[in-house]
Amino acid sequence: MADRTLPTPRPRHAVAERPGLRGFFRRPDADRRNWLLLIPIVLPLLPALYNRVEPAFLGLPFFYWCQLGFAFLASSVIAYVHLRTR
Amino acid sequence: MDDQKVQLIVFTLIFGLVAIMGFAASRWRRPDSIHSLEEWGLGGRAFGNWVTFFLLSGDVYTAYTFVAVPTLVYGIGAAGFFPVPFLVIVYPMLFVVLARFWSVCHVHGFVTPAEFVRARFGSRPLGTGIAVLGIVATMPYIALQLIGIEAVFEVMGLPKGWPLTVAFLVLALYTFNSGLRGPALVSIVKDTLVLWSVLSVVMIVSMMPGGWDPVFRLAEAKYAATPRVDDGLLLAPQSQLNYVTLALGSALALFLYPHTLTGVLASRNRGTLRRNLAVLPLYTLTLGILMLVGFAAIYSGTSAVGGNANTVVPQWFSENSPAWTAGMVFAAIGVGAMVPAAIMSIAAANLFTRDIYRVYLRPDASDKEQTYVSKIVSLTVKFGALLVILLLNTQFAIDLQLIGGVVIMQTLPAVALGLYTNWFHRWALMSGIGAGLLVGIVMLWQVPKLGGPDGTTVVREHFGGSAWPLDTIGIDSDASIYVGIVALAVNLIVTFAATPLFRALDVPDGRDETRSQDYVADEGDPTIRRMTEIIDGDQPREPVPAAQPTFFTPAAQRYRSYPQAGSPSRGYPPAERPSRRPFPRR
Repeated sequence: MADRTLPTPRPRHAVAERPGLRGFFRRPDADRRNWLLLIPIVLPLLPALYNRVEPAFLGLPFFYWCQLGFAFLASSVIAYVHLRTR
Repeated sequence: MDDQKVQLIVFTLIFGLVAIMGFAASRWRRPDSIHSLEEWGLGGRAFGNWVTFFLLSGDVYTAYTFVAVPTLVYGIGAAGFFPVPFLVIVYPMLFVVLARFWSVCHVHGFVTPAEFVRARFGSRPLGTGIAVLGIVATMPYIALQLIGIEAVFEVMGLPKGWPLTVAFLVLALYTFNSGLRGPALVSIVKDTLVLWSVLSVVMIVSMMPGGWDPVFRLAEAKYAATPRVDDGLLLAPQSQLNYVTLALGSALALFLYPHTLTGVLASRNRGTLRRNLAVLPLYTLTLGILMLVGFAAIYSGTSAVGGNANTVVPQWFSENSPAWTAGMVFAAIGVGAMVPAAIMSIAAANLFTRDIYRVYLRPDASDKEQTYVSKIVSLTVKFGALLVILLLNTQFAIDLQLIGGVVIMQTLPAVALGLYTNWFHRWALMSGIGAGLLVGIVMLWQVPKLGGPDGTTVVREHFGGSAWPLDTIGIDSDASIYVGIVALAVNLIVTFAATPLFRALDVPDGRDETRSQDYVADEGDPTIRRMTEIIDGDQPREPVPAAQPTFFTPAAQRYRSYPQAGSPSRGYPPAERPSRRPFPRR
């Protein structure tokens, strides 16, 4: 984000090279907003949340329409992260 | 004219159109020469937003999913609904890793995940292992697509042998001819047909008295009447662990399947990919609605044709929709099998060519030769799948696919975590894969196939599914867990534990040929060079666009011209520059 304000746009990946180093380093594309993506990953993996019939919607039990609704959640979170971390 | 004839005519017309499109695709965005793996196997790596969307959706949502999953829902209810959470959670996961994978493959001109692993961990055997696992996991998946088509043919009243052979011959020929452009163009037809199928489901059920409400009421009554305890409109307590682990495991496996990665590499830039990943979860809704057909089939009293359980969905459409719509739905399944089967065979062929043929057999194979080998292998793979379905029974293909899912998950540490770190030792990765495979296959072997009216009679002793009952090792519980997750956990533990061990034993590490900036490069960056230039070398080299860095470049300029891939200078002035020569300079 900050590098947009530099007078000359510096490609974000033009980082200093550390040859021969191994391990876990801070990556040039790291962004705290990426953690938001955990929401649509974790929620659908908690059946305790949606394993119920009521409230039904258009005749669909909660179990079914809630999981279909997670698709919209995932889509919006990814869209948000995509637009904000470009 | 009776319904079956109309269905057959509509199906044949659409299938003919698809065949023509498949052949014409070789002229679509025609390159100078299609005789390079980049053109044949990745469509020139130039697909934009729309084509990438069609290609990826055609790739991920296969015909087998459309046929087998509603059948599962029809049989056991909620527990069969796992593909919806699976195909939702997979996209946020892919969002963080795929852009990095795209970048590193473009900078280095990789066509397969195995090539990436070979360069990342500097290990030829590891790369070959990943390639072999990829091919082994993909081949039964192709065979499964045939099971989808077969169900449709059965409902239309066609015999078993020759229609399937003809359909596959058409597919094989146009893939041979057009490469990835074929399925990319055809998938547009597929998505249109799928959309129409979904709309017709919604319309048919809305026109039933009471809509969805009586459908679910009747389904609930049916599940309550069966002596089984693991079915129902909601998850039984003992099914929850398997539901979650199966969704998670399938999501992890989907990223690692070579055909997904082939579709991904064909996109034009990172933005295309990321935009598509934001939209694709919505495509899961189409699958979700088609899965509800399983309940609608209970309501309508549909039963399978000819003892083939997979015919429930096509049979429901045949009974409840106008014949021409049923024909279109059948075509959706048929074409929906063609697209992924083509991409899978291309992916398997690329793996063979790039990671076995060029590594071991002919290291200096020309571009044209590689493409030719890939074409031949893609044909072989498809006919192998056809023979498995025609000669052996379909259960064999399903069992192999089950193993394939567990097999492909074992490449996760090398391929997915490898995108983030090169910390792992190459031999630790190999040990991890070995341990994971061993545990996975032993566990699959232990799972009995249960059947009978109450679902507790053992029908077959071994390879009966992927849900491993916890009481196999004496845990007092009714629950079961997806084998792949356990095998992957073992794999990760071994990999993490063995890495320091191999370092301590001074076993040499492989050389990492990628650099951290390779993982964020995008279209238009000077580090992205044409693959043919880097790898094959038999193409005329284009001039590298960026200026050579000089020692006295002003800082702002220097940022624009950071070091080129493979340049030894790494930002420092080259050794032959006068300023670096020792005094006295002559």
